[in-house]
Amino acid sequence: MKSCLVVDDSRVIRKVARRILEEMSFSIDEAGDGLEALQSCRRTMPDAILLDWQMPVMTGIDFLRQLRQEPGGDKPVVVFCTTENDVPKISEAIRAGADEYLMKPFDSDILQSKFAEAGLV
Amino acid sequence: MFTDTEFSLIAREVKTRTGYALTPSLAPTMESRLMALQRRENYANVNELVAAARANHRLWDLIADALAHPETRFFRDRAFFHSLRTEILPNLARNATAGQRIRIWSAGCSTGQEAYSLAILSDELRATGALIEIVATDHSDRLLDKARSGLFSQFEVQRGLPIRTLIEHFEKASDLWRISDRLRAQVRFERHNLLSSADKLGQFDLVLCCNVLNDMDPAPRQLALENIAAALTGQGLLATGEDGVTAVAPHALTPSGQIKGIYQRNAGWRRAA
Repeated sequence: MKSCLVVDDSRVIRKVARRILEEMSFSIDEAGDGLEALQSCRRTMPDAILLDWQMPVMTGIDFLRQLRQEPGGDKPVVVFCTTENDVPKISEAIRAGADEYLMKPFDSDILQSKFAEAGLV
Repeated sequence: MFTDTEFSLIAREVKTRTGYALTPSLAPTMESRLMALQRRENYANVNELVAAARANHRLWDLIADALAHPETRFFRDRAFFHSLRTEILPNLARNATAGQRIRIWSAGCSTGQEAYSLAILSDELRATGALIEIVATDHSDRLLDKARSGLFSQFEVQRGLPIRTLIEHFEKASDLWRISDRLRAQVRFERHNLLSSADKLGQFDLVLCCNVLNDMDPAPRQLALENIAAALTGQGLLATGEDGVTAVAPHALTPSGQIKGIYQRNAGWRRAA
């Protein structure tokens, strides 16, 4: 079973994403901001990370840049999941090491499609 | 709500025009789609619209158009598009003689995602010098208008398009995404009914008719397949995705190679005059 860390400061989004990803046979961990996510990755590096951009304490983009410097931090497939939908923001995320990019709002069809494009299913 | 008589009448007229088989379970969806048409044509309800259509064939054409199924997505059937990119299109390019144009037909193109997916793949191949022409057809003017616009919602571009492909070939247009003029110019959209001869479109090296045929009754499906088979070049390929083909047209088409859902015209087969 593949593992996915869902990083979002919205409990509702984490709950929705968890439900969809569990149906796709992922085991799920959650984090409410980038720092929590970094601590979680240092304990156990997941196969995939679904990552919000705007969060308190540490943003998604700062988390991603730090993650890619960590030992084993190149391993997780990172799918941004954010309301940021302008091309410069998307390009910035790719340069920082994102593998795929999902613009909110999303549904199970889009989430499954994005995980497939990222080679996760 | 439709009466049984009205439903049967609509089903018969739509099948005559498009080959599509409408079942009673679709009645609620049909009614909601026809309500927009009924308002546009100034009828009080869909029952009046159907009553008026009995004496007005233009209305039946509009009804068939309104009921056209728009379900599609970019790079639908990922495994098949992988085969297209790595095997089928490169083979076509290798076999083309110098200056020969590779002709591809997206048959039943709906709102254009399949045709533009082909354009994206072909764009990669053009770098090798290949000449590629893409023709995309549908019987529905409504769907063709949207396809020609090259505009897609955020929901539509997120179904099937990798993010790098999106930002390479699309630009934001308010809340929508617009495909580049360069790719849009590579696809020629035309109105065409698969139940009619495709002679006017010419011969094709590759025809994609995916997720279209299964919605048809067997008899019109066979007719559509024969029309497509007649439009293939001698070595031309038909790709149907997961739609069944041999069950209704084994006399005209036979599976080709190892890739599921790819067919060639049987040697010696000719469409009946």
